Amino acid sequence: MSTQNAPDMKTPVPRGPLPILPPPRPRRMVEISIDGKAVSVPEGSTLLQAARSIGIDTPTLCFLENLTPVNVCRICVVEVEGSRMLVPACSRQAEPGMVVKTDSERVRLSRRLVLELLASSVDVSTAPQFQEYMKRYGAQPERFGDAARPAGNRDAAQPGHHHAPENGNAATVAQPVKIDNDLYVRDYGKCILCYKCVEACGVDAQNTFAIAVAGRGFTARISTEYDAPLTDSACVYCGNCIGVCPTGALMFKSEYVMRRAGTWDESKQTRADTICPYCGVGCTLTLQVQDEKIVKVTSPLDQQITNGHLCIKGRFGWEWVNKK
Amino acid sequence: MDLHFTDAEVTADEKAAVDGVSIPANANGTRRSYLLPILHALQNHIGWISPGALNYASRALDVPPAEAFGVADFYGLFSTRPQPPAVAHICDDIACKAKGAEKLCSELEKSHGPEGSSKDGETWRRSPCLGLCEHAPAALVHSAGKQHFEQSLASAKTESIRTALQGTAVPQPALAASVPQLGQPGLKLLRRIAQINPESLDDYRATGGFVALRRAFAIGPGAVVREVVESKLVGRGGAAFPCGQKWTSILTAARPRYLVCNADESEPGTFKDRVLMEGDPYAVIESMIIAAFATGCEQGYLYIRGEYPLARRRLEHAIRECRIRSFLGDNILGHGVRFDIELRVGAGAYICGEETAMLNSIEGHRGEPRNKPPFPTQVGLFGQPTIIQNVETLLNVPYIIMEGGKAFAAVGTERSTGTKLFCLSGHVAKPGVYEVPFGTTLRQLLNLAGGVGGSGKLQAVLIGGAAGAFLGSKDLDTPLTFEGTRAAGATLGSAVVMPFDDTVDLRQILLRIASFFRDESCGQCVPCRVGTVRQEEILHRLAAGKPLGSRPNELVLLKEVGQAMRDASICGLGQTASSAIESALARLPVFEDKR
Repeated sequence: MSTQNAPDMKTPVPRGPLPILPPPRPRRMVEISIDGKAVSVPEGSTLLQAARSIGIDTPTLCFLENLTPVNVCRICVVEVEGSRMLVPACSRQAEPGMVVKTDSERVRLSRRLVLELLASSVDVSTAPQFQEYMKRYGAQPERFGDAARPAGNRDAAQPGHHHAPENGNAATVAQPVKIDNDLYVRDYGKCILCYKCVEACGVDAQNTFAIAVAGRGFTARISTEYDAPLTDSACVYCGNCIGVCPTGALMFKSEYVMRRAGTWDESKQTRADTICPYCGVGCTLTLQVQDEKIVKVTSPLDQQITNGHLCIKGRFGWEWVNKK
Repeated sequence: MDLHFTDAEVTADEKAAVDGVSIPANANGTRRSYLLPILHALQNHIGWISPGALNYASRALDVPPAEAFGVADFYGLFSTRPQPPAVAHICDDIACKAKGAEKLCSELEKSHGPEGSSKDGETWRRSPCLGLCEHAPAALVHSAGKQHFEQSLASAKTESIRTALQGTAVPQPALAASVPQLGQPGLKLLRRIAQINPESLDDYRATGGFVALRRAFAIGPGAVVREVVESKLVGRGGAAFPCGQKWTSILTAARPRYLVCNADESEPGTFKDRVLMEGDPYAVIESMIIAAFATGCEQGYLYIRGEYPLARRRLEHAIRECRIRSFLGDNILGHGVRFDIELRVGAGAYICGEETAMLNSIEGHRGEPRNKPPFPTQVGLFGQPTIIQNVETLLNVPYIIMEGGKAFAAVGTERSTGTKLFCLSGHVAKPGVYEVPFGTTLRQLLNLAGGVGGSGKLQAVLIGGAAGAFLGSKDLDTPLTFEGTRAAGATLGSAVVMPFDDTVDLRQILLRIASFFRDESCGQCVPCRVGTVRQEEILHRLAAGKPLGSRPNELVLLKEVGQAMRDASICGLGQTASSAIESALARLPVFEDKR
């Protein structure tokens, strides 16, 4: 760049009209039918958005507004006329003329099975939304029989190999809780492998890439390289993985300790929104308070600055308040 | 990327192995696609992928180590834990199970201890289908080190496995033994197999090789696509998608475009592509060049499964020769056409034969299938429009160019045109690859192969592999076409035809199929990841005669799991994981109370 073009510091920038944002590109509307109702949505909308726009509550587990849809849990599947398989509503875009059924027998069966398959293999005791879905679809995970004995160290499984089922009992992902730092715990016996934490740790939020999916099939799991402790990994303790975890597999250590002690009591908790005082960004924090102590910090998903994500200070840096 | 690494350090040998993989200087956007070759180099030379080596490789490729680990830990032939350098992978899949695989395994258990245990630097593991079904039982032996040794053993015996584990090559059956129709007139795809030296480009040319390519250059890309459309050729990998439609759809797409040859033949019971690649490797290259020329692709990838060392060596050699002789490169035969092929080797993952999982695998990601749409012809390899075709599909193209599409379509039936390769194994008198016109019935094909082997009394025939369906002796007049098998409630799939005699315990075969899908599920989506586990458990309870509740109760459960897998899984693996099992339960008296 030549120095001649550099602005002269002494000359003020000429006053003129403020630049105006170009008008938003008009989006064509797409007409589809959902459960017999005509729906018009902007081009590019997903079937989930279309269903929600007319008040149909489609269940989701791996979907979150602030993450790229990975469509792996398959609970949001809907029936589209002309499609041999059910399609994931979270990522399938509406196409003109689509005829969609969100509550057909086929849809209900797949949704119920997804819930039963997960609940028979994963501890969903700290996943209230999941349990509500179970009620809605009449899921009975006990149909698959007694839980098998824990399979030993899941982190040492050889891909493509497994032991034959013992007595035909239902295999689970039960395993010891990983506690390797003071800020949060990883209880992968509660992990439904929704990929959200990996996305939040990666390009969707943090760009830290401390965790990824390892293994294959039923032994697929979230892991650092070689299951290294978080303290040796790339983790920066932003806690954004906790923020997106739908089952409580990732949990503030404070919450984990209180739950173990039996003192965690959501009925006694209040929530207050405030602005993080640490830096100039101005992230909105939601402080969860019990017995005048901050027990958990989140940020609203629809908050423009954070999109629900925070940094280590905003998320965890509140012990000093509690110790005053 | 701002990456963080653990303290684990790389050894000099590991460094040499990683550095030995040459990465082109202009590989900027595709650098990560060298992860798989680097992991192979480490596995082959060191015997496992250590934390220090992975750190070094991750740094070289600018890949987060957690992600690189997720990739290494995805494949069955890689080990992320120390293991003995010499490993024998013993196929105990359906074809080999029917031919004495369990005996081999129990002998190895006696000599080496249980699966995976270490003895004198050797170990053994059970393996899914190794694609050597015509010579079952099969094994694949790897011995890691600077002089990496690998060998397939067909009709494996304890002695030959021991010899190979020591790093000594064991003579193998000639390719001719895999083609019982050898020398018969009318063979097209098989006509060069075991008739020419597969390493000789001159032999290939002397038998009509590269004539179709010259003709394609002469008539131009548009005419090539027209002939392929007229031929009504459909994909031979299992999905039977019209080839011409695929090619036409990419003609207006953005550039660069990629061509991928799917040689990850892993469907249990399938070995036709292996025979083609071992016996006629230059034909694979010529077919790829013609397809690339017609569709405007300048870079091709040939993804071959890691269990095919001989086919891989032959293709490597053929690609090298073709580069030297100007059949590949920037200006093919002086026609100004640019095309080259990179070979990618799989590492023990059936799922990577699924086309979008294959793209992820090539790119250096986990072999997890992508959601469709968008289809690969729109968003494929490296996000670019991509044509993916199976080896056998591509090998039809030179014939279509030479005969014309109309003549090609005149063979077979209205909707299944041309000839088809079938893989016969299990209890059949003359196992091998057979080439017959579409429309041949199952009975005719079995007769061609000398009839039912073993006891001679047919119990059932598995069509289409583990993802296929069982037919009974009543269904022998089913025409082996896409529409004919569909009408019979089966699928042609990858053209596996595996008869079982009446001595086979079909329950064991079904349990093996269930176990296979559980092992080979990528684990991405819930219906398949957990559904394949529950399916196996239900079958175990039925086989043990200990149903939960009642037998009909278990069958309802099995059916519901099957339907959820079929309806809601992301890809074909989950969608077909219950089909063979459900077909057996519907047609055959398995799990029924004896008496």
